[in-house]
Amino acid sequence: MTPILAAHEVTKSFGATPALRGATIDIAPGEIVAVLGPSGSGKSTLLHCMAGIFPPDSGTITFDGTRLDQLTDAARTKLRRTLFGFVFQFGQLVPELTAIDNIALPLLLDGVARRSAYARAGAWFPRLELDGLERRRTGELSGGQAQRVAVGRALVTTPKVLFADEPTGSLDSLTGEKVMDLMVGMARAEGSAMVLVTHEARVAAHADREVMVRDGLVTPLGVGV
Amino acid sequence: MTRTSGYSLGLHAQRIVAGVTITPIPTTLLGLLEPAPSHGYELKREYDQLFGSGGKPLSFGQLYGTLSRLERDGHIAVHGAEPGDGPDRKRYVITANGVARLEAWLTQPEKPDPTLQAVLFVKVVLALLSDRPAADYLDRQRAAHLDRMRELTAMRKAGPLSRTLLADFGLYHLEADMRWIDITAARLDQLRKEIVR
Repeated sequence: MTPILAAHEVTKSFGATPALRGATIDIAPGEIVAVLGPSGSGKSTLLHCMAGIFPPDSGTITFDGTRLDQLTDAARTKLRRTLFGFVFQFGQLVPELTAIDNIALPLLLDGVARRSAYARAGAWFPRLELDGLERRRTGELSGGQAQRVAVGRALVTTPKVLFADEPTGSLDSLTGEKVMDLMVGMARAEGSAMVLVTHEARVAAHADREVMVRDGLVTPLGVGV
Repeated sequence: MTRTSGYSLGLHAQRIVAGVTITPIPTTLLGLLEPAPSHGYELKREYDQLFGSGGKPLSFGQLYGTLSRLERDGHIAVHGAEPGDGPDRKRYVITANGVARLEAWLTQPEKPDPTLQAVLFVKVVLALLSDRPAADYLDRQRAAHLDRMRELTAMRKAGPLSRTLLADFGLYHLEADMRWIDITAARLDQLRKEIVR
Protein backbone atom coordinates (compact mmCIF):
# COMPACT_ATOMS: atom_id res chain seq x y z
CA MET A 1 0.00 0.00 0.00
CA THR A 2 1.29 3.49 -0.82
CA PRO A 3 2.19 5.22 2.43
CA ILE A 4 0.28 8.35 3.37
CA LEU A 5 3.44 9.67 5.01
CA ALA A 6 7.05 8.63 4.49
CA ALA A 7 10.38 9.84 5.81
CA HIS A 8 13.42 8.59 3.94
CA GLU A 9 17.01 8.97 5.07
CA VAL A 10 16.18 12.06 7.09
CA THR A 11 18.99 13.84 8.91
CA LYS A 12 18.60 16.74 11.30
CA SER A 13 21.14 18.37 13.57
CA PHE A 14 20.85 21.08 16.17
CA GLY A 15 24.16 22.92 16.03
CA ALA A 16 26.84 20.25 16.16
CA THR A 17 24.48 17.69 17.73
CA PRO A 18 22.92 15.20 15.30
CA ALA A 19 19.35 14.29 16.30
CA LEU A 20 18.46 12.20 13.23
CA ARG A 21 21.10 10.35 11.22
CA GLY A 22 19.20 8.87 8.28
CA ALA A 23 15.80 8.00 9.73
CA THR A 24 13.42 6.11 7.43
CA ILE A 25 9.80 5.21 8.18
CA ASP A 26 6.57 4.67 6.20
CA ILE A 27 3.08 5.19 7.63
CA ALA A 28 0.15 3.54 5.80
CA PRO A 29 -3.21 5.34 5.55
CA GLY A 30 -5.13 4.86 8.78
CA GLU A 31 -2.21 3.08 10.43
CA ILE A 32 -1.28 3.80 14.04
CA VAL A 33 2.46 3.57 14.62
CA ALA A 34 4.09 4.01 17.99
CA VAL A 35 7.57 5.52 18.02
CA LEU A 36 9.46 4.35 21.09
CA GLY A 37 12.87 5.32 22.33
CA PRO A 38 14.72 6.76 25.28
CA SER A 39 14.95 10.49 25.95
CA GLY A 40 17.27 12.16 23.49
CA SER A 41 17.03 9.35 20.93
CA GLY A 42 15.50 11.68 18.33
CA LYS A 43 11.89 10.47 18.41
CA SER A 44 10.33 13.91 18.94
CA THR A 45 12.60 15.42 16.29
CA LEU A 46 11.40 12.72 13.89
CA LEU A 47 7.79 13.66 14.63
CA HIS A 48 8.53 17.35 14.09
CA CYS A 49 10.26 16.64 10.77
CA MET A 50 7.46 14.33 9.58
CA ALA A 51 4.89 16.96 10.51
CA GLY A 52 6.73 19.67 8.57
CA ILE A 53 7.49 21.69 11.70
CA PHE A 54 11.26 21.31 11.27
CA PRO A 55 12.72 21.13 7.76
CA PRO A 56 15.18 18.21 7.58
CA ASP A 57 18.84 18.91 6.77
CA SER A 58 18.72 16.15 4.15
CA GLY A 59 16.43 13.32 3.11
CA THR A 60 12.80 13.47 2.03
CA ILE A 61 9.41 13.74 3.71
CA THR A 62 6.55 12.73 1.43
CA PHE A 63 2.92 13.25 2.37
CA ASP A 64 0.30 11.79 0.02
CA GLY A 65 2.65 12.13 -2.96
CA THR A 66 3.82 15.68 -2.10
CA ARG A 67 7.39 16.43 -1.03
CA LEU A 68 6.82 18.22 2.27
CA ASP A 69 10.47 19.19 2.54
CA GLN A 70 10.23 21.16 -0.71
CA LEU A 71 7.16 23.21 0.23
CA THR A 72 7.37 26.84 1.33
CA ASP A 73 6.80 27.66 4.99
CA ALA A 74 3.38 29.07 4.15
CA ALA A 75 2.32 25.96 2.23
CA ARG A 76 3.54 23.68 5.04
CA THR A 77 1.66 25.75 7.61
CA LYS A 78 -1.56 25.48 5.62
CA LEU A 79 -1.10 21.74 5.18
CA ARG A 80 -0.48 21.28 8.90
CA ARG A 81 -3.64 23.22 9.72
CA THR A 82 -5.89 21.32 7.35
CA LEU A 83 -4.50 17.82 6.96
CA PHE A 84 -2.56 17.19 10.15
CA GLY A 85 -3.68 17.15 13.77
CA PHE A 86 -1.51 17.50 16.87
CA VAL A 87 -1.78 16.37 20.47
CA PHE A 88 1.15 17.27 22.71
CA GLN A 89 1.85 16.60 26.36
CA PHE A 90 0.58 20.03 27.40
CA GLY A 91 0.48 23.69 26.53
CA GLN A 92 -1.41 23.36 23.28
CA LEU A 93 -4.77 24.94 24.17
CA VAL A 94 -5.40 28.69 24.29
CA PRO A 95 -6.21 29.27 27.98
CA GLU A 96 -8.19 32.48 27.39
CA LEU A 97 -10.63 30.64 25.13
CA THR A 98 -13.40 28.24 26.09
CA ALA A 99 -13.29 24.53 25.31
CA ILE A 100 -15.56 24.91 22.29
CA ASP A 101 -13.61 27.94 21.04
CA ASN A 102 -10.45 25.84 21.13
CA ILE A 103 -12.00 22.99 19.15
CA ALA A 104 -13.58 25.38 16.62
CA LEU A 105 -10.33 27.33 16.17
CA PRO A 106 -8.70 25.22 13.41
CA LEU A 107 -11.94 25.35 11.41
CA LEU A 108 -12.25 29.14 11.81
CA LEU A 109 -8.61 29.59 10.79
CA ASP A 110 -9.35 27.48 7.74
CA GLY A 111 -12.19 29.78 6.71
CA VAL A 112 -15.17 27.68 7.79
CA ALA A 113 -18.20 29.86 8.59
CA ARG A 114 -18.57 30.56 12.32
CA ARG A 115 -21.96 28.85 12.74
CA SER A 116 -20.83 25.74 10.93
CA ALA A 117 -17.49 25.66 12.77
CA TYR A 118 -19.20 25.82 16.17
CA ALA A 119 -21.76 23.20 15.17
CA ARG A 120 -19.00 20.82 14.15
CA ALA A 121 -16.96 21.61 17.27
CA GLY A 122 -20.00 21.10 19.50
CA ALA A 123 -20.64 17.65 18.04
CA TRP A 124 -17.32 16.48 19.53
CA PHE A 125 -18.32 17.08 23.15
CA PRO A 126 -20.52 13.99 23.60
CA ARG A 127 -18.00 11.86 21.68
CA LEU A 128 -15.29 13.00 24.05
CA GLU A 129 -17.56 12.60 27.08
CA LEU A 130 -17.26 16.32 27.77
CA ASP A 131 -20.97 17.27 27.63
CA GLY A 132 -21.73 20.49 29.45
CA LEU A 133 -18.13 21.75 29.44
CA GLU A 134 -18.36 23.64 26.16
CA ARG A 135 -18.22 27.10 27.75
CA ARG A 136 -15.55 26.38 30.34
CA ARG A 137 -12.23 28.11 29.89
CA THR A 138 -9.56 25.50 29.36
CA GLY A 139 -7.69 26.67 32.46
CA GLU A 140 -10.72 25.55 34.47
CA LEU A 141 -10.62 21.99 33.14
CA SER A 142 -8.83 19.02 34.71
CA GLY A 143 -5.74 17.67 32.95
CA GLY A 144 -7.68 14.78 31.43
CA GLN A 145 -10.54 17.00 30.27
CA ALA A 146 -8.10 19.48 28.73
CA GLN A 147 -6.33 16.66 26.92
CA ARG A 148 -9.64 15.41 25.53
CA VAL A 149 -10.35 18.94 24.26
CA ALA A 150 -6.93 18.80 22.61
CA VAL A 151 -7.91 15.49 20.96
CA GLY A 152 -11.11 17.11 19.69
CA ARG A 153 -9.21 20.09 18.35
CA ALA A 154 -6.72 17.80 16.63
CA LEU A 155 -9.40 15.68 14.97
CA VAL A 156 -12.09 18.27 14.15
CA THR A 157 -10.62 18.87 10.70
CA THR A 158 -10.62 15.10 10.01
CA PRO A 159 -6.85 15.09 9.48
CA LYS A 160 -5.10 12.49 7.38
CA VAL A 161 -2.42 12.15 10.05
CA LEU A 162 -2.61 12.75 13.77
CA PHE A 163 0.70 13.42 15.53
CA ALA A 164 0.70 12.69 19.24
CA ASP A 165 3.82 13.40 21.31
CA GLU A 166 3.66 11.87 24.81
CA PRO A 167 -0.11 12.54 24.89
CA THR A 168 -0.57 11.03 28.35
CA GLY A 169 2.74 12.20 29.80
CA SER A 170 1.18 14.57 32.30
CA LEU A 171 -1.83 12.42 33.25
CA ASP A 172 -2.41 9.78 35.92
CA SER A 173 -2.86 6.16 34.77
CA LEU A 174 -6.64 6.00 34.69
CA THR A 175 -7.03 9.39 32.99
CA GLY A 176 -4.25 8.51 30.57
CA GLU A 177 -6.01 5.28 29.58
CA LYS A 178 -9.24 7.17 28.98
CA VAL A 179 -7.50 9.72 26.77
CA MET A 180 -5.75 6.94 24.82
CA ASP A 181 -8.97 4.95 24.38
CA LEU A 182 -10.80 8.02 23.09
CA MET A 183 -7.97 9.28 20.92
CA VAL A 184 -7.30 5.92 19.27
CA GLY A 185 -11.02 5.17 18.90
CA MET A 186 -11.73 8.57 17.34
CA ALA A 187 -8.68 8.42 15.04
CA ARG A 188 -9.80 5.02 13.79
CA ALA A 189 -13.36 6.26 13.31
CA GLU A 190 -12.09 9.24 11.29
CA GLY A 191 -9.65 7.08 9.31
CA SER A 192 -6.69 9.17 10.46
CA ALA A 193 -3.25 7.62 10.58
CA MET A 194 -1.34 8.32 13.78
CA VAL A 195 2.29 8.82 14.69
CA LEU A 196 2.38 8.23 18.43
CA VAL A 197 5.60 9.19 20.18
CA THR A 198 5.88 7.72 23.65
CA HIS A 199 8.34 6.19 26.05
CA GLU A 200 5.58 4.17 27.73
CA ALA A 201 5.02 0.59 26.56
CA ARG A 202 1.42 0.62 27.78
CA VAL A 203 0.66 3.60 25.54
CA ALA A 204 2.53 2.05 22.61
CA ALA A 205 0.43 -1.11 22.94
CA HIS A 206 -2.53 0.86 21.51
CA ALA A 207 -0.72 1.06 18.15
CA ASP A 208 -0.83 -1.34 15.20
CA ARG A 209 2.96 -1.60 15.29
CA GLU A 210 5.94 -0.08 17.04
CA VAL A 211 9.29 1.17 15.90
CA MET A 212 12.27 2.20 17.99
CA VAL A 213 14.39 5.29 17.52
CA ARG A 214 17.97 4.73 18.62
CA ASP A 215 20.75 7.21 18.05
CA GLY A 216 18.78 9.01 15.37
CA LEU A 217 17.85 5.90 13.36
CA VAL A 218 14.51 4.10 13.12
CA THR A 219 14.53 0.33 13.63
CA PRO A 220 11.64 -2.11 13.80
CA LEU A 221 11.39 -4.05 17.03
CA GLY A 222 12.52 -7.62 17.37
CA VAL A 223 14.98 -7.88 14.51
CA GLY A 224 18.03 -6.97 16.53
CA VAL A 225 19.76 -3.72 17.23
CA MET B 1 3.27 -17.81 52.89
CA THR B 2 4.03 -14.26 51.89
CA ARG B 3 1.04 -12.02 52.42
CA THR B 4 0.77 -8.27 52.00
CA SER B 5 -2.43 -6.43 52.86
CA GLY B 6 -4.46 -9.60 52.42
CA TYR B 7 -3.13 -10.03 48.90
CA SER B 8 -1.80 -13.48 48.27
CA LEU B 9 1.07 -13.69 45.86
CA GLY B 10 1.38 -16.67 43.55
CA LEU B 11 4.23 -19.08 44.25
CA HIS B 12 6.26 -17.76 41.33
CA ALA B 13 5.79 -14.16 42.46
CA GLN B 14 6.65 -15.11 46.04
CA ARG B 15 9.96 -16.55 44.92
CA ILE B 16 10.74 -13.41 42.96
CA VAL B 17 9.81 -11.16 45.88
CA ALA B 18 11.90 -13.32 48.20
CA GLY B 19 14.86 -12.74 45.89
CA VAL B 20 15.22 -16.34 44.80
CA THR B 21 16.56 -16.44 41.30
CA ILE B 22 14.51 -18.71 39.11
CA THR B 23 17.17 -19.98 36.82
CA PRO B 24 16.98 -22.69 34.21
CA ILE B 25 20.00 -24.53 35.62
CA PRO B 26 21.06 -26.66 32.61
CA THR B 27 21.26 -23.78 30.11
CA THR B 28 22.80 -21.52 32.72
CA LEU B 29 25.60 -24.03 33.35
CA LEU B 30 26.12 -24.32 29.59
CA GLY B 31 26.40 -20.53 29.43
CA LEU B 32 28.97 -20.49 32.22
CA LEU B 33 30.98 -23.27 30.58
CA GLU B 34 31.04 -21.77 27.12
CA PRO B 35 33.77 -19.15 27.60
CA ALA B 36 36.19 -21.71 29.07
CA PRO B 37 36.21 -25.31 30.43
CA SER B 38 35.67 -25.46 34.15
CA HIS B 39 35.40 -27.71 37.20
CA GLY B 40 32.12 -28.41 38.97
CA TYR B 41 33.13 -26.47 42.04
CA GLU B 42 34.18 -23.45 39.98
CA LEU B 43 30.86 -23.54 38.15
CA LYS B 44 28.96 -23.56 41.43
CA ARG B 45 31.00 -20.65 42.79
CA GLU B 46 30.38 -18.61 39.67
CA TYR B 47 26.69 -19.51 39.55
CA ASP B 48 26.17 -18.52 43.18
CA GLN B 49 28.08 -15.28 42.72
CA LEU B 50 26.17 -14.18 39.61
CA PHE B 51 22.70 -15.61 40.17
CA GLY B 52 22.37 -16.83 43.74
CA SER B 53 22.40 -13.44 45.39
CA GLY B 54 19.68 -13.17 48.01
CA GLY B 55 18.45 -16.66 47.27
CA LYS B 56 19.69 -20.11 47.99
CA PRO B 57 22.91 -21.24 46.38
CA LEU B 58 23.03 -24.09 43.90
CA SER B 59 23.25 -27.36 45.82
CA PHE B 60 25.91 -29.92 44.95
CA GLY B 61 23.11 -32.38 44.22
CA GLN B 62 21.58 -30.03 41.62
CA LEU B 63 24.99 -29.22 40.21
CA TYR B 64 26.29 -32.74 39.67
CA GLY B 65 22.87 -34.14 38.72
CA THR B 66 22.59 -31.50 36.00
CA LEU B 67 26.17 -31.94 34.80
CA SER B 68 25.65 -35.69 34.56
CA ARG B 69 22.48 -35.23 32.45
CA LEU B 70 24.19 -32.67 30.23
CA GLU B 71 27.05 -35.12 29.70
CA ARG B 72 24.63 -37.98 28.99
CA ASP B 73 22.84 -35.85 26.39
CA GLY B 74 26.09 -34.85 24.69
CA HIS B 75 25.88 -31.15 25.61
CA ILE B 76 29.08 -31.22 27.63
CA ALA B 77 32.05 -33.58 27.76
CA VAL B 78 34.63 -34.37 30.39
CA HIS B 79 37.87 -32.75 29.46
CA GLY B 80 40.94 -33.63 31.42
CA ALA B 81 39.52 -35.76 34.26
CA GLU B 82 42.03 -36.70 36.86
CA PRO B 83 41.58 -40.42 37.78
CA GLY B 84 41.08 -41.14 41.43
CA ASP B 85 39.92 -37.66 42.29
CA GLY B 86 36.38 -36.78 43.32
CA PRO B 87 33.75 -35.63 40.84
CA ASP B 88 34.69 -32.00 41.45
CA ARG B 89 38.07 -32.58 39.86
CA LYS B 90 36.48 -33.34 36.50
CA ARG B 91 36.97 -30.59 34.03
CA TYR B 92 33.97 -30.01 31.76
CA VAL B 93 33.84 -28.53 28.29
CA ILE B 94 30.79 -27.52 26.25
CA THR B 95 30.19 -29.46 23.01
CA ALA B 96 28.86 -28.18 19.68
CA ASN B 97 25.45 -29.61 20.62
CA GLY B 98 25.64 -27.76 23.92
CA VAL B 99 26.45 -24.48 22.18
CA ALA B 100 23.50 -25.04 19.84
CA ARG B 101 21.17 -25.63 22.79
CA LEU B 102 22.45 -22.53 24.57
CA GLU B 103 22.18 -20.42 21.43
CA ALA B 104 18.59 -21.57 20.81
CA TRP B 105 17.60 -20.73 24.39
CA LEU B 106 19.27 -17.32 24.40
CA THR B 107 17.76 -16.17 21.12
CA GLN B 108 14.23 -17.40 21.84
CA PRO B 109 12.21 -14.67 23.60
CA GLU B 110 10.58 -15.84 26.82
CA LYS B 111 6.82 -16.06 26.98
CA PRO B 112 5.79 -12.67 28.38
CA ASP B 113 4.88 -13.58 31.91
CA PRO B 114 4.48 -10.97 34.62
CA THR B 115 7.41 -12.32 36.63
CA LEU B 116 10.22 -13.31 34.35
CA GLN B 117 12.84 -10.65 34.98
CA ALA B 118 15.07 -13.24 36.66
CA VAL B 119 15.29 -15.37 33.51
CA LEU B 120 15.96 -12.30 31.37
CA PHE B 121 18.67 -11.25 33.78
CA VAL B 122 20.37 -14.65 33.43
CA LYS B 123 20.19 -14.45 29.65
CA VAL B 124 21.70 -10.98 29.61
CA VAL B 125 24.57 -11.99 31.88
CA LEU B 126 25.32 -15.17 29.90
CA ALA B 127 25.15 -13.26 26.61
CA LEU B 128 27.67 -10.74 27.90
CA LEU B 129 29.96 -13.48 29.26
CA SER B 130 30.09 -15.12 25.83
CA ASP B 131 30.23 -11.85 23.87
CA ARG B 132 26.83 -12.43 22.31
CA PRO B 133 24.50 -9.55 21.34
CA ALA B 134 22.62 -9.05 24.62
CA ALA B 135 20.96 -5.89 23.26
CA ASP B 136 19.42 -7.93 20.42
CA TYR B 137 17.96 -10.45 22.85
CA LEU B 138 16.45 -7.66 24.91
CA ASP B 139 15.00 -6.13 21.76
CA ARG B 140 13.38 -9.41 20.74
CA GLN B 141 11.94 -9.66 24.22
CA ARG B 142 10.64 -6.12 23.89
CA ALA B 143 8.82 -7.11 20.69
CA ALA B 144 7.36 -10.24 22.33
CA HIS B 145 6.20 -8.15 25.28
CA LEU B 146 4.58 -5.54 23.07
CA ASP B 147 2.74 -8.23 21.09
CA ARG B 148 1.29 -9.57 24.33
CA MET B 149 0.54 -6.06 25.59
CA ARG B 150 -1.34 -5.33 22.37
CA GLU B 151 -3.49 -8.44 22.94
CA LEU B 152 -4.16 -7.38 26.52
CA THR B 153 -5.02 -3.84 25.38
CA ALA B 154 -7.62 -5.29 22.99
CA MET B 155 -8.94 -7.42 25.87
CA ARG B 156 -9.27 -4.43 28.21
CA LYS B 157 -11.11 -2.44 25.56
CA ALA B 158 -13.56 -5.26 24.91
CA GLY B 159 -14.61 -5.43 28.59
CA PRO B 160 -16.58 -6.21 30.73
CA LEU B 161 -14.88 -4.50 33.67
CA SER B 162 -13.81 -7.77 35.30
CA ARG B 163 -11.87 -8.72 32.14
CA THR B 164 -10.58 -5.16 31.79
CA LEU B 165 -9.12 -5.25 35.29
CA LEU B 166 -7.54 -8.63 34.64
CA ALA B 167 -5.97 -7.29 31.46
CA ASP B 168 -4.76 -4.21 33.37
CA PHE B 169 -3.08 -6.47 35.90
CA GLY B 170 -1.08 -8.13 33.14
CA LEU B 171 -0.38 -4.82 31.36
CA TYR B 172 1.05 -3.10 34.42
CA HIS B 173 3.31 -6.05 35.20
CA LEU B 174 4.53 -6.34 31.64
CA GLU B 175 5.12 -2.60 31.61
CA ALA B 176 7.38 -3.02 34.63
CA ASP B 177 9.33 -5.67 32.66
CA MET B 178 9.63 -3.23 29.78
CA ARG B 179 11.08 -0.58 32.05
CA TRP B 180 13.56 -3.09 33.35
CA ILE B 181 14.45 -4.07 29.76
CA ASP B 182 14.96 -0.40 28.82
CA ILE B 183 17.14 0.40 31.78
CA THR B 184 19.17 -2.79 31.38
CA ALA B 185 19.69 -2.15 27.66
CA ALA B 186 21.01 1.30 28.54
CA ARG B 187 23.51 -0.16 31.03
CA LEU B 188 24.87 -3.18 29.16
CA ASP B 189 28.36 -1.70 28.75
CA GLN B 190 28.57 -1.02 32.47
CA LEU B 191 27.35 -4.54 33.31
CA ARG B 192 29.80 -6.10 30.86
CA LYS B 193 32.71 -4.37 32.63
CA GLU B 194 31.47 -5.63 35.97
CA ILE B 195 31.00 -9.30 35.15
CA VAL B 196 33.25 -10.28 32.29
CA ARG B 197 36.26 -12.21 33.57
